[in-house]
Amino acid sequence: MVKVTFVSSDGTRRAVDIAEGETAREAALFNDVPGIDGDCGGVCACATCHVFVDPAWIDKVGRLAEGGAEADLLQFAEGANEYSRLACQIPIEPLMEGLILHVPEQQY
Amino acid sequence: MDTDMVEPNIREKVAFIPIDEIDVARPSLFQKDTVGLFFERLRREEPVHYCRESYVGPYWSITKFDDIMAVDTNHKVFSSEAKLGGIAIEDMHSAKSALELEMFIAMDPPKHNQQRKAVTGAVAPSNLLLLEPTIRERACQILDDLPVGEDIDWVDKVAVELTTMTLATLFDFPWEERRKLTRWSDVTTAAPETGIVASYEARRAELIECAMYFKGLWEQRINAEPKNDLISMMAHSPATRDMPFLEFLGNLLLLIVGGNDTTRNSISGGVLALNQNPDAYLKLNNDPGLITSMVPEIIRWQTPLTHMRRTALQDWEIGGKKIRKGDKVVMWYLSGNRDETVIDRADEFIIDRKNPRHHLSFGYGIHRCMGNRLAELQLRIIWEEIHKRFAKIEVTGEPERLFSNLVRGITKLPVRLHAR
Repeated sequence: MVKVTFVSSDGTRRAVDIAEGETAREAALFNDVPGIDGDCGGVCACATCHVFVDPAWIDKVGRLAEGGAEADLLQFAEGANEYSRLACQIPIEPLMEGLILHVPEQQY
Repeated sequence: MDTDMVEPNIREKVAFIPIDEIDVARPSLFQKDTVGLFFERLRREEPVHYCRESYVGPYWSITKFDDIMAVDTNHKVFSSEAKLGGIAIEDMHSAKSALELEMFIAMDPPKHNQQRKAVTGAVAPSNLLLLEPTIRERACQILDDLPVGEDIDWVDKVAVELTTMTLATLFDFPWEERRKLTRWSDVTTAAPETGIVASYEARRAELIECAMYFKGLWEQRINAEPKNDLISMMAHSPATRDMPFLEFLGNLLLLIVGGNDTTRNSISGGVLALNQNPDAYLKLNNDPGLITSMVPEIIRWQTPLTHMRRTALQDWEIGGKKIRKGDKVVMWYLSGNRDETVIDRADEFIIDRKNPRHHLSFGYGIHRCMGNRLAELQLRIIWEEIHKRFAKIEVTGEPERLFSNLVRGITKLPVRLHAR
């Protein structure tokens, strides 16, 4: 198991354990982390699992690939920036132990 | 083929039509609400189905959830471009269409992306937080003015009123004239068969009147400080301010139809669904907290837009069928939303569904409905306020439905209100 911490927009921190290979979206949904909707079912089709990767972790998680489906969707998300990713596109690996993800106030 | 005319034997009739004669484009099937029987058969026997002949020409029907998702997220192969036919089963720039309207829902990237980005902020969650008190206040006023114990038309008195008020708020539209928005929304999607307009020429004339009205508002806003309403945003954003006039009009109408016809019908559809499912109504009355999950379930159940259409830019295979370059491909959201292989007990209206937002009503991919949270917000507010006031909204007569294969509309819903 890998420990991932979600920080909500009001600063509340929730640490959850997630099995290797599952995604950050599943980490949130399986543990009822508020603020991650994940409407499409985790197939990179809706942008309602938008997270901001903590800057200290962005290199381990990887930046958004330009021109892909994920970037297509995130361009319309509120407040998207250089640390934005879709949680469904972040498969959890052991090197992510302690990962910190910030959750936007709301998704749409 | 008059299967839909013979109501009592309809199930049997649908079961025996040769599969390649099925044509789900006929608006009468939606008006009679029998189209679901055809979709059920297509999902079972031929989920990717080719109709050779119809009043809109040949087209493919995509009827299962996952196949629809695959088409919707593949905008590089399946184009929304107006010049190729656009986003509805009836071609956009056909001889019948009123004006060569251009709107970003019927564009491919990169132009689509620039224009959508320019207006999406108006319906972003942070802006909705600012709008919520106004929408609630107006919803309360609508409900407080309703007579208890009398027969009224829910569509006219509540559904149309609330969505029109919300639109007027979004556009900062002159308040007393707000019903113009409703009219223009109806006219935009109307064919003469509906009785809404007398002819295609009459429709054209009304849309030009609409265009002139908005031109006036545009000029007023462009000369004022930028504000948070949609017209001001479009007038001041670099992506939209120099837009050709038909494009400006097209995008406005897109926002009007998108924000009006759809939510209006979900507001009515929810009342109907609760009356058809008394157990669900009882559950709701005992626990109004269920409104949160009921709202997306209503949107799935109603599926206010029955489909979106694409045009294949290259040969492509879906569900074992070979789609050819140039083919018309129709994603029937209404069918995908009843797909048992993805949605548990899809034929049941379940207000405490576990994963209620996993439905197709908003579409997916880059064209996904940008007003989705505004739609949910309006529905949540209206149901919260209904719950405070009324023990039941009783449907007292048969609903009337719209003659359209695109907008799944309820045009009349007689109800009687019971005080709490």
